[in-house]
Amino acid sequence: MREILTLVRKDLDVEVRTKETLASLLLLGLLTLLVLSFAFDPTSAMRAEAAPGALWVAVTFAGVLALGRAFLIERENDCLEGLLASPVDRGNIYLAKTLSTFVLMAIAQLGIVPVFVLFFDVEPTPALVGVLAAVMLGVLGLAALGSLLAAIAVRTRAREVLLPLLMLPLIVPAFIAGVRATQDLLAGGSLAAAQPWLGSMLAIDVIFLVVGWLLFGAVVEE
Amino acid sequence: MIDANGLVRRFGPLVAVDRVNLAVGAGEAVALFGPNGAGKSTLLRMLATLLQPDAGTLAWFGRSGHGGRRDARRRLGLLSHQSFLYPDLTPAQNLAFYARLYGVEDPQRRAAEWLRRVGVAGWGQRPLRTLSRGREQGCALARALIHGPEMILLDEPFTGLDRGGVDMLIDVLRDFVERGSSLILSTHDVELGLAVCQRAVVLRRGRKVWDGIVGGAARAEFDEAYARIFATAPGNSHA
Repeated sequence: MREILTLVRKDLDVEVRTKETLASLLLLGLLTLLVLSFAFDPTSAMRAEAAPGALWVAVTFAGVLALGRAFLIERENDCLEGLLASPVDRGNIYLAKTLSTFVLMAIAQLGIVPVFVLFFDVEPTPALVGVLAAVMLGVLGLAALGSLLAAIAVRTRAREVLLPLLMLPLIVPAFIAGVRATQDLLAGGSLAAAQPWLGSMLAIDVIFLVVGWLLFGAVVEE
Repeated sequence: MIDANGLVRRFGPLVAVDRVNLAVGAGEAVALFGPNGAGKSTLLRMLATLLQPDAGTLAWFGRSGHGGRRDARRRLGLLSHQSFLYPDLTPAQNLAFYARLYGVEDPQRRAAEWLRRVGVAGWGQRPLRTLSRGREQGCALARALIHGPEMILLDEPFTGLDRGGVDMLIDVLRDFVERGSSLILSTHDVELGLAVCQRAVVLRRGRKVWDGIVGGAARAEFDEAYARIFATAPGNSHA
């Protein structure tokens, strides 16, 4: 645990100094929501139907951006090699990167979700807590899958293209569940009604975390 | 401390390291010489546990396999071409981070001590990316030594250093060896390499072609052999 906390603290120290990742995530998420909010007539029912999809598009774009940056800081000065030469367990490097990426993405979502509520005229009901929970589960899945795939992509020349190409097809099931959970919750359904979707997302997150933890060592070893 | 037997590493059709044997004991300082592409960096990366050999055996501190590698990472230090330091963090933050990673007690105090030792104390609170190459290399040396390794592996450590930086590095490395620790250092510069090391190993096209103590009469023998090896190395203009 000490190793994981040390690594997470380092990532957050870098972010505190640069403020690059959080600013980019917020900006991209907000711009995505702004553009999508203009795509639908404010008085049309379609706007309400499209709202969950718009939220998850913003979550996805911001997530891809965050993961691209997460391993970029390890690439400069070959810092990843410094971590690999240290006695830190490879699995802990993976878990730490997942955790620090999740923290940054989660903070960004705390800014993005209220703007979504504003732009899409969503009723501020207790159901929004469920929506936020779904978003956090989606973000955790993105961080867990993306941290593994970003470690592969960062060593290639086409990393900016490769990461979304590898990640998006695999994250789709989790995001479909996220969209459906958000739909149910915004349509006035209870948290219990959305529970099957949230449960699916949690299961997918656990699978990504376990697979990532098991494979990370093999991915980074030469 | 390190015992390598018949190490082979290939990159596609290229055999970067070809059946190399190397045993380095406590208190030994070994300089790895050779033309570009001789396999020095690849050999060092295998010794540093960063690269798996395709064939041969490798033991660190009497242990091999996964357990040996894990144990070795705690007991080895590595100074590479790159500093392994985060440009957006300060030298003090970088060193404290690595100290924590290795479980060093009182990381901030140790970081401050090492920054003084390598002459970067005045720059400890500035982002690393604002430091000169020489100061960054000083920080990298501190990073490699902060956990008190028993052996340090150095890949071209003198590159880009001015005279002051070279003198500081030689001073720190001599002190390190005098305390009974070991080092393996790769360099193109024979004089600098032998300013720190008593033993020289020469690689050419991945194979070890010379290995011995260099001092007194043996120096002339080494110089002659080294000149011969370089003269026949394709595409090399060094002498």
